[in-house]
Amino acid sequence: MSMRDSERNKDHAPGHAPPRKSRRTFLKSVVAATPALGLPGCASRHGAAQARAPVYFTPEEAAFIDAATQRLIPADELGGGANEAGVTTFIDLQLAGAYGRAERWYMQGPWPRGTDQQGFQLKYTPARIYRDAIGRMEAHCRQQHGKPFAQLDPARQDDLLHALEKGKIDLGDIPAMTFFAMLWQNTREGYLADPAYSGNRDFAGWKLIGFPGPRYNYVEDIENFGKPYEAPFVSLVGRDPSAYLRGES
Amino acid sequence: MARRERPVDVVLVGFGWTAAIIAQELTDAGVQVLALERGEFRDTVPDFATDTIQDKLRYAVRKQIFESPERETLTFRNSADQTALPMRHLGSFLPAAGVGGAGVHWNGQCWRFLPQDFEIRTHTEQRYGRKFIPESMNLQDWGVTYDELEPHYDRFEYLCGVSGIAGNIGGVRQPGGNPFEGARKRGYPLPPLKRSASTVLFDKAAREAGFDPFPCPAANASKPYRNPLGVQMGQCTYCGYCEWFGCGNYSKASPQTTILPVLLKKDNFSYRTRCNVTRVNTDNTGKRATGVTYVDVDGNEVEQPAGMVVLCAFAQHNVHLLLLSKIGTPYDPTTGRGVVGRNYAYQITSSVDVFQKEILNPFMGAGALGQGVDNFNGDNFDHGPLGFIGGGYIALWNTGGRPILQHYLPEDAPTWGSGWKKAMHDNYLTATSIATHGSVMSYRSNYLDLDPAWRDDYGSPLLRLTFDFQPNEHAMSDYLTDQATKIAQAIPGATHHVKKRDGHYSIVPYQTTHNTGGAAMGADPATSVVNRYLQSWDVPNLFVMGASVFPQNAGYNPTGTVGALTYWAAEAMKRYLKNPGPLVAA
Repeated sequence: MSMRDSERNKDHAPGHAPPRKSRRTFLKSVVAATPALGLPGCASRHGAAQARAPVYFTPEEAAFIDAATQRLIPADELGGGANEAGVTTFIDLQLAGAYGRAERWYMQGPWPRGTDQQGFQLKYTPARIYRDAIGRMEAHCRQQHGKPFAQLDPARQDDLLHALEKGKIDLGDIPAMTFFAMLWQNTREGYLADPAYSGNRDFAGWKLIGFPGPRYNYVEDIENFGKPYEAPFVSLVGRDPSAYLRGES
Repeated sequence: MARRERPVDVVLVGFGWTAAIIAQELTDAGVQVLALERGEFRDTVPDFATDTIQDKLRYAVRKQIFESPERETLTFRNSADQTALPMRHLGSFLPAAGVGGAGVHWNGQCWRFLPQDFEIRTHTEQRYGRKFIPESMNLQDWGVTYDELEPHYDRFEYLCGVSGIAGNIGGVRQPGGNPFEGARKRGYPLPPLKRSASTVLFDKAAREAGFDPFPCPAANASKPYRNPLGVQMGQCTYCGYCEWFGCGNYSKASPQTTILPVLLKKDNFSYRTRCNVTRVNTDNTGKRATGVTYVDVDGNEVEQPAGMVVLCAFAQHNVHLLLLSKIGTPYDPTTGRGVVGRNYAYQITSSVDVFQKEILNPFMGAGALGQGVDNFNGDNFDHGPLGFIGGGYIALWNTGGRPILQHYLPEDAPTWGSGWKKAMHDNYLTATSIATHGSVMSYRSNYLDLDPAWRDDYGSPLLRLTFDFQPNEHAMSDYLTDQATKIAQAIPGATHHVKKRDGHYSIVPYQTTHNTGGAAMGADPATSVVNRYLQSWDVPNLFVMGASVFPQNAGYNPTGTVGALTYWAAEAMKRYLKNPGPLVAA
C-alpha cells in the first residue's frame, strides 16, 4: 500500500464526532455557483416588487418572469402566488448558477434533432434558453398586441401561456413546448423548494400543501394514522429563512 | 507515457456495493486489494448529515447525488434503424459516482428473486412448452440456482440488517410474510418497519381484492442493529429522505454503514478516488489481464498492474469497459453472434394514483417502507391463457413526500393556475400511488455496443444503448396494472388515475435504475460473457460483478440479488486465487 493511500484511509477513519454544519457553510454552498452574487442581501417578505435586483435576468426579463409565473401560480383565496413566494428570485439565482450553465450536462456537439424518446438535444444552456425565448416572446407580444407581456391583461397572458404550452408560438431554435416545460418546472421548484434557495418565501408553497419541511424524526408520529401533523414549518436553514437570507441569523 | 504504479494482487474498478463486499472478503483471505473509484470519497459524516442531505433541490432535482453525464454519457436509440444521440442529462435511470456507488442513494428495497427466475428458460419450456417463448427473446437460465445462492442472500441480508417478515422458512409458510418467496434458512435479521397510513390502506385493499400483502423487505433498520462485521446501525426515523439521498442516521444499509468502518482500517486494503478507469489491459495472448489503465484527477494516464481485475462499476459501465478493452466477442445483432453487450434489459413500471379523504402524511416515510403483493410476479400465476412471460410486484411504497417531485394530482386537475394550486392543496396530504414493477426479458434487438460517432472526454467511443419495450412487456405491464387497479378500487371512497406505460421506451422520465445485462452470466460461452462464478470465459483472472451479469431482468429491485451474487463470486475468487485458472471448463 502506498503512503498516499494509507494516509487517505486514516483521514477517513470512521467514528469522528459529526461537525455541526454552520448555516454560513450552507449559504456558501448555495451561492458558490453564483460568483456574481456575493452574499444575498435584501430578500424581502413583501413580494417581488421589493426583491433584490436580479443577478442574471435583465429588468425586462425579470418583469416577464414576474408576470408569467404569477399566472402559472396566482395569488388567490388559498394564499400567495409565485411573486409572493419569490419565484423570480429563485429562477434568477438558478440560472446564474450551475443549472443555468448546464454544468452537469453533456453539451458536446453536433446537435442533430432527435426523437422525443431521446430527450433534450439543444445546444443552449437553460440560461440561454430563457434569454432567447423571453426575447422572442416579447417580440411576439409587441407585434401582436403592441405591449410587453407584463402589461397585457391576465386573460391575454393566460392565452399566450396556453399557446406556448401547446407549441404554437415561434421561438426560433427553441421549441415553445421545451421553454414552457422548463419555465413551469422551475416555477414549481421556486414555489416548493426549500426557502434556503430564496423561493417558497415564508413557506408559501409548503403552507399551501401541508408539508412541514425537512424533519429528522417521525418515529413517534408515523403511526398516528389520519391525524394532522402539527409542528412549525422548518427549512434547512431554520425556522426563519428570510432572516437567514438577509444575513441576520 | 503512462505512469506505472506498484502492482497489487487484486484491483477493483469502482468502489460501491460489490467492490466493498469483494474487498472485505478477499482482504480477510489475506490478499492485497486496491479499489479505484472515479468519484469522491463520501461518508455519513459529514456528507449525509441531516442538515446537509435533506436538500431536495440539490440532490434529487438537480441530481447532484448521482453521476454527472458531463464528461461521459451514453447514446441512445429505440432501434437499430435510428441514429443514437447522447443522453444530455440524467432521466430514466440514475447511476452514481463516488464511494458507496448507488448503494448511497438507493432506497434499500432488498429482495430475493424467485427460484424459477434463475431457471426461467427451463421452467418456461417445462410448464408452457418451447413455442411459448417468442423467437426474438433471448430467454436464458442463469447457470446458478436459487438454492446455491440462498446462503449468500442470507449473508447480504444480515450484513444490511434487513427488516421484514419471512414467508417461507425451510419450506414452511410463515404468517404475514410473502407466501411466494423461495425457502430461506432463517427469518430476516430485523422485524418489519412501522407501517404508515398509506401502507395500511394498501394492505386492507389488497386483502379485499383477494391478494396476499406483506411488508416489503427493507434495508432500513427497524431497530438498532449490529451486523456480523460488528458495525452498528441506528433505528430508522422515517424522515423521508432516503430514496435519492444518503442516510444521515446510519439506518439505511450502504457500504458506508455496513462494511467500510471495518474495511478502511485494514492494512491490505487501499483505495484511490477520482481515478477513471479507461481500460483493462491484457498481455499479448489476450487471455490474461495485467491490470488497468486509468486517468487521474490531473488528467494523467496511470497504469495499475494487478494479478486479478474485478469490474465493480455500474452495469453499463462494466460493459463499456469490456468493449473498450476488446475482451470477449462483441454482440452482433444482425447475426445474433457474440456476447458482450447482448442481453441488455431493464424494467417496466406503471402506477395507479389514488385519491381519497384520510390524511396520510406522506412525508413520514422510508426508502423501503412499503406493503406489496407478489401474486403476479415471476411465474406465481398461470401465464398460459395470458400469453406473455414475466411479471412483477405491486406495492405501495411510502418513501417520502418531498413536494417538488412527490405529489399526485387527479387526471382532470388543471396543469397550472389557480386550479393546479387548489388540486395541490386538496390532494398533497391524502393522495398516494400504487406502483407496479415488472420484469423485462432480453431480446435480439436490445443491446449495448460502442457508438461509431460520439466520444467521451477521454477520447473513447461512448457506449450506445439500443432498447425498446417489446409487445411481451407491454402485455405483462398492462395486466399488472389491471391488478393494481383492482386494489385501488377496493379503497373505500377513492378515485384513481391509471398510468399505464404506453409506447416506446423513453430515456426522459425517471423509471428505474435497474439496468441489467450486457455481460450475461451462464453455462454456455456462446450466450454468456462470464461463467456461473462471474469469471470471464476469455480472461480467467477477470471477474464482472453487478447487474450487468443478469441474463434478463426479474420483477424485483436487483440489489439483493447483486449482493448475493457478489458473495457467491467472492467464494469462487478465493478458490481461484489458490489455484488460478478457469473455474468452469469452456
